[in-house]
Amino acid sequence: MTAPATQPPLTPAKEPPRRGVGSGPGRDGMEGKTLNAFSHGFLVLWAVMIVLPLIWILLGNFKTDSQIKSSAWTWPTEWTFDAFQRGWEKGVGDYLLNTLIVMVVSVPLTMLLGAMAAYVLARYDFVGNRFVYYFFVAGAMFPVFLALVPLYFMVDRLGMLNTYQGLILVYVAYSLPFTVFYLHSFFRTLPTAVHEAAVIDGASHTRVFFQIMVPMAKPGLISVGIFNVLGQWNQYILPLTLMQKQSGGDADRSMLAQGLVSLMNQGNYETDLPALYAGMTISMIPVLVVYLSFQRQVQSGLTAATIK
Amino acid sequence: MHRKKYPFIAGFLILPVGLYVLLVIWPYIQTISYSFTDWSGASQNFNFVGLDNYKDLAKDDVFVKALQHNALLLVLVPTLTILLSLFFAFMVNVGGRGGAGGVSGVKGSGFYRVIFFFPQVLSIAILAILFKAVYRGDDSGLINGTLQAVGLGDKNHPTEWLNDPDLVLWCIVFVMIWAGAGFYMVLFSAAMQSIPRDVYEAALLDGAGRFQTFFRVTLPLLWETIQTAWVFLAILSMDAFLLISTLTSQDFGGGPDHSSEVISTYLMRNFQTYSKSGYACAMGVVMLLLTLIVSIVTLRLSRRDRIEY
Repeated sequence: MTAPATQPPLTPAKEPPRRGVGSGPGRDGMEGKTLNAFSHGFLVLWAVMIVLPLIWILLGNFKTDSQIKSSAWTWPTEWTFDAFQRGWEKGVGDYLLNTLIVMVVSVPLTMLLGAMAAYVLARYDFVGNRFVYYFFVAGAMFPVFLALVPLYFMVDRLGMLNTYQGLILVYVAYSLPFTVFYLHSFFRTLPTAVHEAAVIDGASHTRVFFQIMVPMAKPGLISVGIFNVLGQWNQYILPLTLMQKQSGGDADRSMLAQGLVSLMNQGNYETDLPALYAGMTISMIPVLVVYLSFQRQVQSGLTAATIK
Repeated sequence: MHRKKYPFIAGFLILPVGLYVLLVIWPYIQTISYSFTDWSGASQNFNFVGLDNYKDLAKDDVFVKALQHNALLLVLVPTLTILLSLFFAFMVNVGGRGGAGGVSGVKGSGFYRVIFFFPQVLSIAILAILFKAVYRGDDSGLINGTLQAVGLGDKNHPTEWLNDPDLVLWCIVFVMIWAGAGFYMVLFSAAMQSIPRDVYEAALLDGAGRFQTFFRVTLPLLWETIQTAWVFLAILSMDAFLLISTLTSQDFGGGPDHSSEVISTYLMRNFQTYSKSGYACAMGVVMLLLTLIVSIVTLRLSRRDRIEY
């Protein structure tokens, strides 16, 4: 990292054939090269440290249970998808369905309520506007833990423990702070001229919102939508607390992440690790697809939560 | 603009605000008030006990231990994650040499960006299953198996990573950094890209090396982002529940023998297993106060003049 400046654009002739790998000739070129190699090596090493365990565990899908338990470095002998079927039947299929049922409602509802609140706060002056805004933003600061104990009893009092609607409402409430915060800044940047023109033409406030502002805010809605999909898909502590069976006859409505962890702990899978890994793979695939196809939006959406 | 403005505003705000107050704000407030009671959670009967819960906390050895572990995480996780991700971000954005403008990332930076960030989108269940397997105590675990394969491991006494009181917390720290470094790399990258290129080019022309560029140009200009990252990582380390409860032994994690206990795991156990809800709420309040103190202190201590460009 201490390679002194070498004006690379000015000395193309002296450059080694592999440009860009950062080995321009310098006053103390050798030392620079060593550090360079080290820095690069470290980047490669970290990439391996991320990819290797993931590939290793994915290979586990195709190994047998005894193979997995005997040694880390075995190679699958049969490439079958049996483990996926076993994992699916052992509950992963149900968990996936439960998660989908909740998210089909909770994500759109989060977006709708979040956009409504953010829009009003961003575009209308009224007494208490700033207060309500900071009220929302403050909620994003504190860990969910602080609310967990009373939240459990609150949902209990509403009679909504281990129900989809209960979890949906809780997901929406806990996703609102960030959604409002993000969309607030987005609505602020939209031009006012279109809005004013529509109002002059006699459009109602509600119509302006749904027919003009929402379509204009589409990029922001997509970013925060992806954020909410990933966030709610990966949620663990809320379902763990709120989606426990209330009685013997109560249906198991575990969410995917929660269900996988309980399967891991129950030891149901102790004799069938490939099926557990298959369940894990099933839960990973949608995230992987969303991440790789919306890579840019995911990264900007998630980091926007931290900036400012 | 004034036509029916207030009914509209009220109509749009009532549902989101109502839901938020009912399920987020009200429970926060209740946590504080329950922390002064001996509420068990099972019934609605409880007595006001003043500061007794807090006095008990100070005398509770497990809680003090948990607090120390949180303090350790609070120092280690943000420091290591930020150092590592700053290095990555620098390499990926301005670490390269020989680009057309003289300022570019190293080769393959797009690739690194995608790979390094990926753990951030994995759910905690996946991290738990993955690292349970990686840290497995015999040579079927990835680490032990690899150590064996290269001849470093002792076949008869493999390291029990997650069951070793001296190692378990370090294993958790590693997973937190593993999962978080890429995220903060992307965050710092975004901030670095908003620094005008001419600043770097000027530094280059003046003969600054990578080292100097980093410490004299990048770091001061990124200061605010680093502060924010620090606060977020601190909040994360105050929590740490998900990883510890899923990876370590004991009910809600914290084992072996409380050697990876943190406030959140102890809180959950008091609430769900011991039915000591009032006591658990007091822990929640301590967590809140510590989080606030850490955030405020970080922002105050590291305050610098804002640099406009």
